[in-house]
Amino acid sequence: MKRRLVLKQLTAASLLAVSGWIPQAMAADTIKVGILHSLSGTMAISETSLKDVALMTIDEINAQGGVMGRKLEPVVVDPASNWPLFAEKARQLLSQDKVAVVFGCWTSVSRKSVLPVFKELNGLLFYPVQYEGEELEKNVFYTGAAPNQQAIPAVEYLMSEDGGGARRFVLLGTDYVYPRTTNKILRAFLHSKGVQDADIKEIYTPFGHSDYQTIVADIKQFAAGGRTAVVSTINGDSNVPFYKELGNAGLKATDVPVVAFSVGEEELRGVDTRPLVGHLAAWNYFESIKNPVNDAFIGKWKAYAKARNLPNADTAVTNDPMEATYIGIHMWKQAVEQAGTTDVDKVVAAMGGQRFDAPDGFTVEMDKTNHHLHKPVYIGEINGDGQFNIVWKTKGPVRAQPWSPYIPGNEGKQGL
Amino acid sequence: MRIAAIALILRVLALALALPAPALAADPAPAAQGLDATLLARLADTETDTRLGAISALGESADPQAARVLQALGDSRLRATADGRMLVDTGDGRAADAATGRAMDLPRNAEPVIVNNRLRRAIAGALAGSQLFAADPAVRRAAAQRLAREGDAGRLPLIGRALDAERDESVRASLQVAQASLELKSDRPQVRRHAVELLGRTDNAAFRPMLAALALPRPDGAYAEPDAGVREAAAAAVRRIDRHLATVEWMGNLFYGLSLGSILLLAALGLAITFGLMGVINMAHGELLMIGAYVAYLVQLAFRRMFPAWTDWYVIAALPAAFLVAAALGMALERTIIRWLYGRPLETLLATWGISLMLMQGVRSLFGAQNVEVANPSWMSGGFAVMNGLVLTYNRVAIIVFALLVVFFVWLLLNHTRLGLFVRAITQNRRMADCVGVPTGRVDMLAFGLGSGIAGLAGVALSQLGNVGPDLGRAYLVDSFMVVVLGGVGQLAGTVVAALGLGGINKFLEPYAGAVMAKITVLVLIILFVQKRPQGLFAPRGRSAE
Repeated sequence: MKRRLVLKQLTAASLLAVSGWIPQAMAADTIKVGILHSLSGTMAISETSLKDVALMTIDEINAQGGVMGRKLEPVVVDPASNWPLFAEKARQLLSQDKVAVVFGCWTSVSRKSVLPVFKELNGLLFYPVQYEGEELEKNVFYTGAAPNQQAIPAVEYLMSEDGGGARRFVLLGTDYVYPRTTNKILRAFLHSKGVQDADIKEIYTPFGHSDYQTIVADIKQFAAGGRTAVVSTINGDSNVPFYKELGNAGLKATDVPVVAFSVGEEELRGVDTRPLVGHLAAWNYFESIKNPVNDAFIGKWKAYAKARNLPNADTAVTNDPMEATYIGIHMWKQAVEQAGTTDVDKVVAAMGGQRFDAPDGFTVEMDKTNHHLHKPVYIGEINGDGQFNIVWKTKGPVRAQPWSPYIPGNEGKQGL
Repeated sequence: MRIAAIALILRVLALALALPAPALAADPAPAAQGLDATLLARLADTETDTRLGAISALGESADPQAARVLQALGDSRLRATADGRMLVDTGDGRAADAATGRAMDLPRNAEPVIVNNRLRRAIAGALAGSQLFAADPAVRRAAAQRLAREGDAGRLPLIGRALDAERDESVRASLQVAQASLELKSDRPQVRRHAVELLGRTDNAAFRPMLAALALPRPDGAYAEPDAGVREAAAAAVRRIDRHLATVEWMGNLFYGLSLGSILLLAALGLAITFGLMGVINMAHGELLMIGAYVAYLVQLAFRRMFPAWTDWYVIAALPAAFLVAAALGMALERTIIRWLYGRPLETLLATWGISLMLMQGVRSLFGAQNVEVANPSWMSGGFAVMNGLVLTYNRVAIIVFALLVVFFVWLLLNHTRLGLFVRAITQNRRMADCVGVPTGRVDMLAFGLGSGIAGLAGVALSQLGNVGPDLGRAYLVDSFMVVVLGGVGQLAGTVVAALGLGGINKFLEPYAGAVMAKITVLVLIILFVQKRPQGLFAPRGRSAE
C-alpha cells in the first residue's frame, strides 16, 4: 500500500506540475524563494491557503519594488501530505533551484523530516504554524505559537471562572508527535495546578479518523464526574466528523466546552457551525480582530482570492497560520535588506529584533535569541457564521518558551 | 459572594412569580413603561461581573420582555447601537427595541453583543425560574433539569411551588429529581434518605459523584454522611447507577458497531457487485463514493438557491441524482476502458487507479482542495435518548435504516429480476451464459452501472457523517475491499455479515484498546482469518467462480 500511495501522490504531483502550478522561469536577476506546502492529500485543507497567501505576499513585495531592487521569484512544489516527500522536495528547492529561503510545512512531522536537509545544506526555513516546542534550530524561524503562547493560556482560561472553572480534562488528539508532546506538557502543567491523574483522560485517534461515536460517549460519561473541558489537538479534516458527532449527541459548549488548537476559520469553512456555538479555539490571530492593519490584510486577501479566481473565493477567510506566513515573509525581507545579502548566516543574524506591524493588532518582534515571535494570545468562541468571537486576550505580546518549563530537564534551556 | 447574591435575587424572582396576578401589578418596574435602558446597557458592559448582575436583574424582572431580551442575548441576536440603545434582531433587517419591544428597521451600525459560555449559563439559569411555568412542557422539563444540575438550594421553594402547579407527569418527575438533588443537603436524615433513593432510581450518572461522596469514607476515614441508613441507601444507589452505566455502555457499543457496520456495508456493497460478482478490481470505487457525496453537495446548493423552503429535503432528492450520476459515470467507464481489460486484473487495477487519480484531481480543480459544507437537514440533526445516558443520533439511525433498505433492493434485484438472473449466470459461467444467448456485454455494463450507482448512494450517506472533499474515497477504498474479501467474493450475504461483524468488533475493542489499536487489531484478525480461510466467510458456489 505504501509504495502505491507514494506512486499515486507522485503522479498527482506531476499532474499538478504539468497543469502549470510551477511558474515559468523569470528574468535572470531575481531572488528565488521556495514554497513547500501540501497542495494535495489530507493536509491540503489547511496548507493550500498558505501557499496562496505566500504568493500574494510575494506579489505585494514585488509591486513595491522587490527586495533590494530585485524581484522575488516563487518556486512552488507540492509535497502532497507525504512526509518523506517533504524532505525530497526541500532538497530539490535548496540544491537544484537554489532558493534563498523556504516558507513551508504545517504538521510537526513534516518539519521534523525536512530539518536534516536544512541543516545539511544550511538552508533557511520559515515555519508558520503553532507547534509543540522542544526544538530550536539555527536554520528555522518559528512564526507560529510555542505552547506557552497557545496551549497553556487556553487551559488556564478553561480553569478560570470565565472559562467554566473546569477541573477535569479530556486531552483528545491525533496520534503523532505534536499532540503527544503538547499533552505531555499539559499534563505536567495540570499537575502543577493540583489536577490529579484520575481527572485527566488522554485519547488518540489515527489521522483521518471519522467515527467519533465511542469517544463522544466516553467524554459524556467522563463529564458526569464534574466540570469537564476537552482540549482537542485533532489535526486536519477529522475535526469535522468530531464536531458533527458532538453536536448531534447534545454535548453543548455550556456543559463541556471544547478548546481546539488546530481549528481555525479555514477548517470551519466545511462545517455548519450553528451546533458548535460556544466551543473555543486559541490562536495568536483571528479574522474577527478589529484594527486597520487587519482590515487591510483581509481586504488584500479577499481581493487576491477573487483576482486569482481561487476556488470558493467568495467565502475566502484569513486565519492564524496565514497571518504568520505573511509576517514571516515580510520579516525575512526586512532582515535581507538590513543584512544587504540573502546569505543564510547573515540573514539569520539580522532576523533577531526585527519588528513588523502585524494584523493581530500589535507590532510583533522576533526574539533576539530564540527564533520565535513575541505574539499576543487570543481565545475565541465559535459563532454561527464560522467566525470567532474573542472572549479573552493577553494584554500584549508574550515571549515564546520553546523549551517548556513543565518538561523535566528543560531548566536553563533558553536560546540557541 | 456573587453566587449567593444571584441566589437571593432568584429567590425574590421565585416569590414574584408565585404570587397571584394582582401582586405583579405592584412590581416596581411595571411592564407598560418598558425595561430600564441603563440596565440593558449594562448587558454590553466590558466587565463580566456587571453583565452577570444585569442578567440576574433581568431574570428578576416580571416583565415578559425581559425574558425575550435574555433569550435574544443567549442566541446572539442582541445588538447595541453606537448611542447605547439595545435592539433585538428579528431577522430580515428588522429589529425590536429591547426596552419597549417596538419594531423598527435594524440600523447598519448596530454591533452584536457578544456572550461567552459563562454568560450563556447565567442566562439559562436566570431563565430557568420563569421557564418552570412556561406553556410548553418540554421547556418546563428542560428548566427543571437545569435546576437539578445547578445544585442551588435556594431554589427549593420555587421547585416546590412548581410541583404544586404541575400536571404533566414527566415534568413532575423531573421536578422531583431536581428537588431531591437539592434535598441531599437537608438536615433531616429521612429527607436525605428519600432523596438518595429517588436519585438512585433516575439511573443518571450525573448524580453519581454526589451519591458516592455520601457513601464512601473521606481520606481521613470519617464519613461525610453521619447517618448509617442514608450511607447504605447511597451505596445501593451508586451500585444501581453503576449497573445501569454498564448496560448503557454495552448497548452503546452495540449501536455504534451497528452504525459503523452499516457504513462499511454501504461503502462495500457497490464493490461487492463490481469486484465480487464481476471480478473487476475497481480502484476508482472510492471516487464513485466521492462523486455521490459531491452530488449531494450540488443538490443542496440547488435547493438553497431555488427552493429554500424545501432545503431540509434535499437529501431525498440527492439520492436518485447521485445514483444516476454515479451509474452513468460507471457505465461510461465500463464501456470505454474496463471492457477492454476483462480477464487482465493487473491492467484493470492500474487503469482504474489512474481513473481514480483523474477523478480526484478533476474534482479538486472544479471545487477546490478544501472540503465543501454539506449540512445535516434539521430532521437528521440531534438525537433521541433511548435510555438515560444513551443518545442515538438521528443521522446514524437514518443511515442504518437506509443501508438495510439498499441491501434489500439489491437482493431483490439480483434474485428476482431478469437482470439479476443474467448477472448470476455470468458470474457462474460466463462462456456458457454467452452461448445460451445472454447479452454479456450489455449485462456487464448494467451491472457495473448498478455497482457504481450504489456507490453514489453510499456517498450521499457518507456526506451526512463526515467530510466531503476530493480525498473522501481514499479512506473507504481499503475498508471496502476488506469487507468484500472477508465476506467471500461473490457473496452478498457474506458482505452483509462481514460489514456488520467488522463494525461490531471494532467498536467493542475501541473502549479497551483505543481507536488506533482497535483498527490494528482488526487488520491482524483479518490477515489471520484470510490465511486460514482464503475464500472468505462464505465460500462461492459454482464451478468457475474463480
